[in-house]
Amino acid sequence: MADLSSNFIGITSPNPFWLASAPPTDKEYNVRRAFDAGWGGVVWKTLGSEGPPIVNVSGPRYGAIWGADRRLLGLNNIELITDRPLQVNLEEIRRVKRDYPDRAMVISLMVPCDEESWKDILHRIEDTGADGVELNFGCPHGMAERGMGSAVGQVPEYIEMVTAWVKHYSKMPCIVKLTPNVTSILPPAMAAKRGGADAVSLINTIKSVTNVDLDHFSPFPMIDGQGSHGGYCGPAVKPIALNMVGEIARHADTRGLPISGIGGVTTWRDAAEFMAMGAGNVQVCTAVMTYGFKIVQEMISGLSQYLDQKQMSLNQLVGRAVPNFVEWQDLNLNYVTKAVISQDDCIKCGRCYAACEDTSHQAIAMSEDRTFTVKDDECVACNLCVNVCPVDNCITMKTLPKGAMDERTGREVGDYANWQTHPNNPSSHAAE
Amino acid sequence: MLERKVTKNSALAIFYLLIKISTCASLGQKNSKTGSLALSNSPLTPGIVAGRLPVAALADNFADHTPPLDRHEARVAADRCYFCHDAPCITACPTSIDIPLFIRQIATGTPDAAAKTILAQNILGGMCARVCPTETLCEEACVREAAEGKPVEIGSLQRFATDTLMAKGVHPFTRATPTGRKVAVVGAGPAGLACAHRLAMKGHDVVISDARPKAGGLNEYGIASYKSTNDFAQAEVEWLLQIGGITLHHGKALGRDVQLADLQKDYDAVFLGMGLAGVNALRAGGEEKSNVQNAVDFIATLRQTADKATLPIGRDVVVIGGGMTAVDAAVQSKLLGAENVTIVYRRGQEKMSASGYEQEHATSAGVRIVCNAAPVAVHGDAAVSEVEFAYTEDTANGLTLTAQTFRLKADQVFKAIGQSLTGAPDGLTLSGGKIATDAAGRTSLAGVWAGGDCATGGDDLTVTAVAEGRDAAEDIHAHLSARA
Repeated sequence: MADLSSNFIGITSPNPFWLASAPPTDKEYNVRRAFDAGWGGVVWKTLGSEGPPIVNVSGPRYGAIWGADRRLLGLNNIELITDRPLQVNLEEIRRVKRDYPDRAMVISLMVPCDEESWKDILHRIEDTGADGVELNFGCPHGMAERGMGSAVGQVPEYIEMVTAWVKHYSKMPCIVKLTPNVTSILPPAMAAKRGGADAVSLINTIKSVTNVDLDHFSPFPMIDGQGSHGGYCGPAVKPIALNMVGEIARHADTRGLPISGIGGVTTWRDAAEFMAMGAGNVQVCTAVMTYGFKIVQEMISGLSQYLDQKQMSLNQLVGRAVPNFVEWQDLNLNYVTKAVISQDDCIKCGRCYAACEDTSHQAIAMSEDRTFTVKDDECVACNLCVNVCPVDNCITMKTLPKGAMDERTGREVGDYANWQTHPNNPSSHAAE
Repeated sequence: MLERKVTKNSALAIFYLLIKISTCASLGQKNSKTGSLALSNSPLTPGIVAGRLPVAALADNFADHTPPLDRHEARVAADRCYFCHDAPCITACPTSIDIPLFIRQIATGTPDAAAKTILAQNILGGMCARVCPTETLCEEACVREAAEGKPVEIGSLQRFATDTLMAKGVHPFTRATPTGRKVAVVGAGPAGLACAHRLAMKGHDVVISDARPKAGGLNEYGIASYKSTNDFAQAEVEWLLQIGGITLHHGKALGRDVQLADLQKDYDAVFLGMGLAGVNALRAGGEEKSNVQNAVDFIATLRQTADKATLPIGRDVVVIGGGMTAVDAAVQSKLLGAENVTIVYRRGQEKMSASGYEQEHATSAGVRIVCNAAPVAVHGDAAVSEVEFAYTEDTANGLTLTAQTFRLKADQVFKAIGQSLTGAPDGLTLSGGKIATDAAGRTSLAGVWAGGDCATGGDDLTVTAVAEGRDAAEDIHAHLSARA
């Protein structure tokens, strides 16, 4: 078994799997059970200022989209930060951390955007024994209307300012949680770094409407015939999160800034991908809200087995894919692949044919007896057939070796060359 | 009686409810009156007796063989469809139902639209969902059968869709403007009904003559009870007739009460779909002894008997044949409480026309299947007591009997070695004992079409009969339209 113990900005945990600030980490009862199940750490659900707690709607808080067999693919919520008294939360945090000293306990915070409010909350959490704080600059619904959450996260200057306050009034490691509801994730990440953040965590949820009730003509989740946007999470957002994590990991100005990866992590494989893309650990929410705390056992065994097979340590995995995460203009235009359909594995559903014939490059032939074959002289290797094929590994991409003839273009496969030097690129001519 | 009281506008749900109540009531009476009688007989009682099993066991045995999918099960099953291109299941369906489309319609929460997709191709899609040998048709072709040996449950999904629509009493088709043309249809079985419906939909007036007291043909008289529960065959006919423009005459047999020449004279076109009324003989000595019966008659009686506790069945039953009729007769004998039921088939098991699924169904019900043996003599005094078989050899020169024989104890024998066309009207060209037709169902007589079991082509399945009736109707319509 590979050693999964993790040290993220000085916060240690037996594994890199934390529960994200969300309903699963709202109270002692849940967090104790999560730790008993094996979770390495939690980010306690966001605390607000001292005073009357916020209130939540008493209608549906969640909307969802599903795949085949009603597998939950995406979840959206309109729940706000903790609606329990601050003091109750603080006492529970203290008790849990005392009983689980080896687990990471990070407190998520969201208070109004003024120095006094932040100073006050940091003072109140001081003696809980928590390992760090996470600044919730991500929540895109409800709290944002009150000038908090993503309303802060969308303004880099605010991020920098608040982060600096936190670093000034607290010795705890500080993670800044970023909102994806921005045109580029880089300015907010840079601002967090300038403010002195020890790490960023991303992504928070994405503004979304999951569906429209076609009887009441209201967005869902519907509260008394009306709906407002919520925050979207779950497997569906993973591709968006991976890109943003990778962008921060590779950019010259943010490179090296520790990242806690969040967004649709459901299996060990997702976690490994986030870590390869630059995340030092991952935070999970929707997967446990769908399947319960027990999934961490699969994540632990899966990541261990993977690291053992690769003979790699956890630290060696982190950022391993970042050097290969490049801009389109860096891609090798002389790299040629062709789809190959394994006739042994093909079940003759014809989906590759329909996809290619109707919507792509007419590069798959169908015979009378439903044998499907790739026309190498038409195949542009777009990969659509691979993606629509219901059988894993039935259609694969073969790489043409250097010097081989690409039947589609009639040209031999040459050495690496990208768009920046391509003759069709007006800029490359200009450069000459 | 009951079904006659129900008008075509009644919802099927109410109809089913009435049937259920009446069934329960009769079972209850049976219980109180003859409870002790039911206990007196058992599978071990010698001879042919009724009530070998308790009433509750019989009710269980003859309940829906494949219970319908509920809404959740249907959604789960529908999710498995890959929506194949030019789907093999469509090709495998004799009526070419657009299966991926109707499954997608179920998956997206519109089973009524799914039903219309099915019924537009196969107006008896409800019955076909119950009786089609899907394991050798659509489900055998399903790519998930190739992928993992578990096809999408097409038959069950089809039933879900058609049951959903029919339970609402909705008939999704409307008649075209009446054309004033009249077409005679002989036989109210699957072929005749499919033909009549399609013609009525096109605006023609249709008069169906059927020899039996009830419509439905083999759907009513020839399908195992557990495949068509709750009097579904009659409910489906009632539902089908909602199209309007169809008149049904019961008890009118071709050649006896109705003459083809008259039909040709009085109607613009004639469709013959009277099925196969004759039963092939064993050609074994002693065949005439009592308690040697036609399996089709046994099945028909069984279907028409609401209270299965009144049906006598032998202790030792021998069924001779290798098709669906043989399986249906054998399984139902067992379900009635026969102790020993044996199917004897003259060729190898792989040549049985009953599907592997049906054979398994028989053996799991406790039926023994003996292959490569043909009857040579029926022994007994007045009634059969034993059947003597000779083992056969299936050689290039045909099937030959060997010298090795054996006898099976039998107090009841069911012959299920095929049906034949009887009383075909003069002037019709026959081929292989059936009415010769072309692909469009045209016979050798101008203005006369034929389809279903009485005609060439098809596999003597409900679904092929429906296809032939439908296609003949299209050809008749084209013919009548061209004349106009």
